[in-house]
Parts: sequence; structure tokens; C-alpha cells
Amino acid sequence: MRPNSRPQSRSTPLKMLALAPLLLALGGCDWVVMNPSGDIAAQQRDLIILATVLMLLIIIPVIALTLFFAWKYRRSNEQAKYDPEWHHSTRLEIVIWAAPLVIITILGAVTWTSTHMLDPYRPLDRIAPGRSAENIKPLRVQVVALDWKWLFIYPELGIATVNELAAPVDRPLNFELTSSSVMNSFYLPALAGQIYAMPGMTTKLHAVINKAGVYDGFSANYSGGGFSHMRFKFRGMSEADFARWTEEVRKGGGRLDGSRYLVLEKPSEKVPPQRFAAVDADLFHKAVNRCVEPGKMCQHDMMTIDAKGGLGMAGVYNVTTLEYDKRTRRGEQGGGFRSFVAALCAPFTGSTAR
Amino acid sequence: MSPDLVKFIFGRLTWDAIPLHEPILLVTFGMVALGGLTVLALLTRYKLWGYLWREWLTSVDHKKIGVMYIILAIVMLLRGFADALMMRAQQAMAFGEAAGYLPPHHYDQIFTAHGVIMIFFVAMPLVTGLMNLVVPMQIGARDVAFPFLNNFSFWMTVGGAVLVMASLFVGEFARTGWLAYPPLSNIAYSPGVGVDYYIWALQVAGVGTTLSGINLVVTIIKMRAPGMSLMKMPVFTWTSLCTNVLIVATFPILTATLALLTADRYLLTNFFTNDFGGNPMMYVNLIWIWGHPEVYILILPAFGVFSEVVSTFCGKRLFGYSSMVYATVVITILSYIVWLHHFFTMGSGASVNSFFGITTMIISIPTGAKIFNWLFTMYRGRIRFEVPMMWTVGFMVTFVIGGMTGVLLAVPPADFVLHNSLFLIAHFHNVIIGGVVFGMFAGIVYWFPKAFGFKLDPFWGKVSFWCWLVGFWVAFTPLYVLGLMGVTRRVSQFEDQSLQIWFVIAACGAVIILCGIVAFLVQIVVSIMNREALRDETGDPWNGRTLEWSTSSPPPAYNFAFTPVVNELDAWWDMKQRGYQRPTSGFIPIHMPANTGAGVVLAGISTLLGFALIWHIWWLSAVAFIALVASAIAHTFNFKRDYYIPAEEVVRVEDARTEALRSLT
Repeated sequence: MRPNSRPQSRSTPLKMLALAPLLLALGGCDWVVMNPSGDIAAQQRDLIILATVLMLLIIIPVIALTLFFAWKYRRSNEQAKYDPEWHHSTRLEIVIWAAPLVIITILGAVTWTSTHMLDPYRPLDRIAPGRSAENIKPLRVQVVALDWKWLFIYPELGIATVNELAAPVDRPLNFELTSSSVMNSFYLPALAGQIYAMPGMTTKLHAVINKAGVYDGFSANYSGGGFSHMRFKFRGMSEADFARWTEEVRKGGGRLDGSRYLVLEKPSEKVPPQRFAAVDADLFHKAVNRCVEPGKMCQHDMMTIDAKGGLGMAGVYNVTTLEYDKRTRRGEQGGGFRSFVAALCAPFTGSTAR
Repeated sequence: MSPDLVKFIFGRLTWDAIPLHEPILLVTFGMVALGGLTVLALLTRYKLWGYLWREWLTSVDHKKIGVMYIILAIVMLLRGFADALMMRAQQAMAFGEAAGYLPPHHYDQIFTAHGVIMIFFVAMPLVTGLMNLVVPMQIGARDVAFPFLNNFSFWMTVGGAVLVMASLFVGEFARTGWLAYPPLSNIAYSPGVGVDYYIWALQVAGVGTTLSGINLVVTIIKMRAPGMSLMKMPVFTWTSLCTNVLIVATFPILTATLALLTADRYLLTNFFTNDFGGNPMMYVNLIWIWGHPEVYILILPAFGVFSEVVSTFCGKRLFGYSSMVYATVVITILSYIVWLHHFFTMGSGASVNSFFGITTMIISIPTGAKIFNWLFTMYRGRIRFEVPMMWTVGFMVTFVIGGMTGVLLAVPPADFVLHNSLFLIAHFHNVIIGGVVFGMFAGIVYWFPKAFGFKLDPFWGKVSFWCWLVGFWVAFTPLYVLGLMGVTRRVSQFEDQSLQIWFVIAACGAVIILCGIVAFLVQIVVSIMNREALRDETGDPWNGRTLEWSTSSPPPAYNFAFTPVVNELDAWWDMKQRGYQRPTSGFIPIHMPANTGAGVVLAGISTLLGFALIWHIWWLSAVAFIALVASAIAHTFNFKRDYYIPAEEVVRVEDARTEALRSLT
């Protein structure tokens, strides 16, 4: 019987290993990360499974051996061999360094390629396995994380929404993200991995949704008191439905201009979805450069001036007109007034200063 | 009094800062006050103040300081774990319309405090305490290199802990998460005292940690017994050396980063602001350049403990000592070049992300080698399943899973879907509880008889172990699952009712862990009560292998009457094999450092300075600062810093031991 049973017992763990991804996928029926609806998230899911299986190749034997040795070499087992001076074996040392090395080499290669292929900044070259993205015009969406809600601007359509995002199925989506105040992370598990939204900066995310449906989106980076409710619904819909949705947005709601944005930007929680039929074309640009307030110099202008050597004393004027982190508008106290060394050295006297 | 005068005297501190309207805090305060008063009353009743002051608070004895570090850690563990229970309870009930019992402004302080306390005031003092207690004895030394500095370091750590505890009842703690990312932590978005408590608590404690790091590095490099070359050092000493090198090299980064944040908050500079050219991403990088090595600072000594425990209880030399040492050193070096994996999602390019992802994975190679080394130490051993060994086997099984999920998170595209999720929370608790906490408990049970002369009760130790092991898996498996469901961290209220069951299971796990903590405390009480039955006269209760087991338990103040001479790795084992005879005559006077109260005074003033700065009480800050400098200078004029233990005293102690050993045979 022995010769027969041996190959069988040897193949069982292998079979189980082969089944592991299947089990994971099955168990993950309603686990959105394991069962997403967008091609990018699906590839990220596949990577998780691949990496897990690769590592289980070494983890399972280690756990099994630990428990086996712990049991076999227990003190009460007098039969087991006891060799108190055995502490070295070059062959074994090579194996215990080489085995993880091999796994990590494979995983490292996978990491290098997948990180480049799934780089959120990289425009999509496919919308699904075997379906090229080449001739499909992507939809641009600008995202602004506000305290504590999400503003979505569709620059090509000239509309904007708050806490509601819609997109046509199978169309590449190009997100540009920023934040008005603190760091947030834009995360739609069904669509793709997250990316930070940070004030004064833009980040990018490229993704596509492949199934119509309503999905959850939220901030995944703690951003203050209203963080828990910084959630929105993402609707994936057919092109026809999306056109209809766009029309609906155009019919309802007013125009999102700078002054409206400044009201919207104030901290608020559990904000219901809002729609704007029109939006200032340069609003996102101004939000990134922190100059939505009339009269405030945009950061990119200031940086351009500085890059050319600055304005010397006249530059103080630019600075004094800035409001430090919009603290007063948020109605918060503390910190006190800013003082400027330059102003102390040479009191500023209006336009005559040179 | 005019409002200006009140503001001058009290700064920002007003009656509003005392949370009289928060019932939870009032009850907590009542309990802490009651407990504190009871302790104070008992101390007075039994006239223990003088004893406490002379023998413990002012002591420069590394063993006593080590014990005090561990007591501090256990006290703070209770606070940090109370935070954990509150979070688990809130998340188990706040679904749909139900808002739970903690409003966000309270909940957000709790998760911040939990992280800060568990890392800085539980894990760090446990690790530092154990290193303090054991390392000098393992290398055959009589104390650390700078005994006064050691006492001062400990009290600075206490000072930081005091500030964190004070924030509970005076003002508030930070609502930023444990690393206080700006712009949220900057003055514009956190104008209150919470972040200031955070900053000054860490700065005060950080001084202690850095100095203690320097102290132990010098101790290990300069004070080893003759014959103990680097490659004959016990593995715990090796891991301690690497940990302290990491402390010395990284804690200044934390100090500098927090100093920059302090400048932003107090002097209105713009290092990390949104406007005026500030860059919050700089803070995120800097804090993690400290923060990643920090996790190795915690885990390496735990690895050291497991190495000692596994070879002792398998009755066998450690398998692959040199590869264990090289693995430790490689981990030490690599831990500096992986920090970016904490924020792959910040938008670095694919090449940068892959670089840091791959360096992170490479760390798993030496770590894997270590696991195999322990495994093959068990192979052909004769394993005694005493409590420390149980923690070790529990660690090996638990930790490899945490390591696996860690490598998974190091794959950037996978991290994009798992970052900041409860999967991440489950991962780092898996390695910190399954690695550091298990290791520290193993270490405490293992070295307790050395410190106190009697073993800990094994029954309650086993209860504690099983509760922790089972509780850990019940508490954190649901978090892995929730992470795969896309549930993110730091959320105080959920919409999706279907998630609730997982949080309820996790809360049950936390309660099981609570039983583990209670069992641990019961274990200590029961053992003290049964100390005569658990007494160990030999000084070597586990048939140990390293030098600390060659002296009596508890060791005399001078540890070793004669400095041991080392010929082999596992020096004590080697001595026993060769039939070592303990010298019983020829004792000479021993030169020892003298106790001093300067550490308590300096740390007390530092804590007061921190408190004054937190509340903008500028006059007090100035007074405290001047007092601090003056006391430090005054201490340099204290010339009573050492003394000799007379030869007669050494003879008396050693004869008593000779007598005790003779009565055993």
C-alpha cells in the first residue's frame, strides 16, 4: 500500500495550492476588492492572488514544519533523536537563504512590471482583457477633495457635481485630483486603487469601469472630524444613460463659480449630492493653485516670479495679501497674525516701495 | 483679575479645558484618582516613601531601571488597551443611523492616543526595559556605560507618558492619527492643544530614548567581558546592539521633524503648510524615515528573545548563529531604504514605487532565514514547553502570516487597493502583537526569575498565552476580511449594516485579549503570593546558556563578583560543560556608581516645561527652561557619583550564595 499512497499524499498539498486562488475568489463573492468591476482593480486583485500563492509556497511548509517539530521533539517523546550540539549545516543554510530568495526574485520581477503597467499615471491601453483602448476618447474628471465632501468637475461637459460621480461603462476615465485643505485619498474599490488628493498639488488616476452599477467611493485617508461621512456613490452606466444623466445635470442646478466654490468649500458633513449645470472653466486650475479668492495670487504665478529671481521688496506685497491657510474663513482661532521680517526691516509704504 | 493678567498667568489654560461635561472622562478620572490615592496612602501607611526613593526612583542600577521601564509599559498598556476596547465597542455599534457612543472629536483622539501610547509608551519601554535588564548581565558587565544617563532616560520616558496621560484630563489629545500628518496637524487645521501635547510628549520621551540608545551602544561595544568577541555575543545582545544603533540613527530624525512642525505651529514658519511654499509631503517622508526603522527597533529585540528562548528550551545550540547575526545586520541596514512603502499612493513614479517595494520584499529574505534558524533549532532538540517556549511557537505561526501580508502590501499595485484599509491594520497588529508583544511576554516570563528570584506561575502564564493567541486571531481575522471588502481605517460610523457582524467578532476578540492581560496580572499577583514555592535558589532555573544565568537571582548590585572570562558562544553553557567552579574567596572591593535624584528632577522640570509650552504659559516656560539648565549644571558639581562596595560586604553576599547553593545539593 505504501508505494501507492505516497504519490497521492504528495500531490494533495499541490492540489490544494492550486485551489487556493479559487477559494479566495469564491470566498470573496461580496468582497469588493476581491471582486471588483473595473479592469484596473481586477488586475490588482489578480496580483494579490498571485503574490499570496507565491508566498504560501513557503509559508505553509514553515507553519507545518513548526507545528510538526514542536510536536515531534517535545520532551516527553524519548524516541526522537536529540543532538544538542548540532547547530550548523552549510547545505541547509544555503537552502534557507535561497528558498526565500527565489520567491522574492520572482515576486520582485512581477512587482517591477506590474507597478509600471498599473501605474495610476499611465494612460490605459486596454479597457478589458483583449479590448484595446486605442480609439476610445477618455472622459476627463477633475476631483477636488473638500472638507468633507467630494467635488467632481467634468471639464469637457462643463458640468460639476458634489458627492455624485457618474461615468460611462468601458470608457477610460482620466482623473486629476487635488484637495482644498488637507490630505485625502480618493478610493473607489470597485474601480481602481486609491490615490492621495493633496492641497496645492495634482495627482492622477487612470481607470475604467466595466459593469453598470452603483458603487461606493470614499476618502481613505483620515482628514478630520467629518471624515467618516466623506462618501459618495459612483454610477457606472451605458453611454446612452450617461448622455441622459448629463442632460439632467445640465437642466438642474446653477453655475459653480468662484464665489459659489468658496461657500461650498467651508467645512460641512453628510452633504447630499448636488449638481451644477455649468462650471467656471478655470476653477480646478485655481483650486490647485489656491487662488479661487479674488485678488489672491496663484501659486504658479508666484513660483514663476520666484523662478525668475523674485521681485525683491515688492514681493512682500504678494505675500501680505495672502491669507494664511484661509484660517479666518474657516472661522477658527489661534495662531495670531503673521508678521514679516521684511516688513519690519523696511516698513511697507504702498506702491512707492522698491 | 483682569483677563490679560489671567491670560498671562494661565496662557491658554481655562476651566473649559477640564472635561467636566464628558462623563466617560470623569469616570476614568475618578478611577485613576482613586487608584492613585490608594497607592499613595498605602505607601505612606507602610512608610515606603524613603525606600522607594532610595532604592528605586533614584537608582542607577540597570536591573531596577529595566524593571521600572517594564512597569511603566504595563501601566500604559492598560491605558492603551482601554482605548482599543473603546474603539472596538464604537465600531461594533455605530452602523446606519446609530452613531455609537463616541462622537468623532472623541473617537479621533482615542485612535491617535492608542497608536501613540502603544508604540512609544508600551512597546518602546518594554523593549528598552528588557534590554536594560538583560544586556549588561549577558555581556558580564556590572552596569551600563553611563548609569546616571540611564536613570535620566527612564524618567524622561515617564515624563512623556505623564504628558499623554495629562491630556486626558486637561485639554485634549491630538485628532490626527498617530503620525500627525500636516496640513491636518498644522496650526490652521488643528489649532487646539492636542497636537502640542503630542509633540511635547514625544520630544520629552524622545530625549530619553535617544540617550538610552547611546548608552546601550557604548555598553555593548566597550563593556563586554574579556574573550567575548562580537561573534561570541549572545543573539539578544546582538539584536539589542542593532536596535540601539537604529535608535541613535533615527530618533534624531523624529526630533528634527517634530521640531519643524513645532516651528510651524509656534513660530508660524511654513515648512509643511499649504501656502507660502510649504510642503506636507516632506513631513510624510521624514516621519517615515524615522518610522520604518522604528518598527525594526521594536521587532529586533523580540527576535533576540526568541533566539535565547528557543535554544534554552530545546536544550540545544542555536542553529546557524552566524547567519542569524548577519540576518540581523542586513535587516538593520535595509530598514533605512524602505520608508516610501508607507505612501505608494502619494503619486511617486512607478520606478520609485517599485524600488521601494522590492527593497521591502528583500527584507523578508533575512527574516525568513531567521524563522528557519529557529525551526532548525527545534529540530533534534528536546523541547520543554514552558511558557516562554509557548510564546515562541505561537509567534512563529502567527508572525509568518503577518510577514506574508506585509510582503503583499509591499507590491505597489496591491497596496493601492489595501492601503489605509483595515487589512493594513490587521497586518501591522499581526506583526506587532504576534512579534513584539509575544516576544516581550516571552522575555518577561523568561527573565522574571533572574530579576526577582522566583518563577512566574505557569498556569496563569498559559492562560494568558492562549487568551492572547486566540484573542489575536479572533480580533484581527475579521479586519483582514473587512480590508478585502474595501473598509478603511479611522472611520467612526458605517453605512453598510452587513459589515456589523465582522466588527462584533473583532470586539469579542478584543475581550479575549483583555482576559489575556488580566491573566498576566493575576499571574504576577499569584506568583508573588506563592513566591516561596516558586523560589529559585540556583540562579539558573531554565538550565540557561548565557552569562546572566551564572549569577544569583536576583543578582547582587554588582552582578558578578569577578568579571567572567568567555571562551565560547553560550558562555555559561560552556562553563557548565567544563565543570566550572564558582570562586568562593579572594574578593576585593567593587567600584559602583552612586544613586542620584538628578534624573527625577531634570525629567520633572522637562515635563513642566512641556506642559507650559503646550498651554502657552510663557513665563512658566522661561522659568522651567532656566531651572532645567541650572539643575543640569548643578548636577555636574555633584561629586558623590561613585562608591566602593567593601570587600567584607562582597564576602558576606557571596558566602550567603555559597551556602544557598550548598544547601541545594
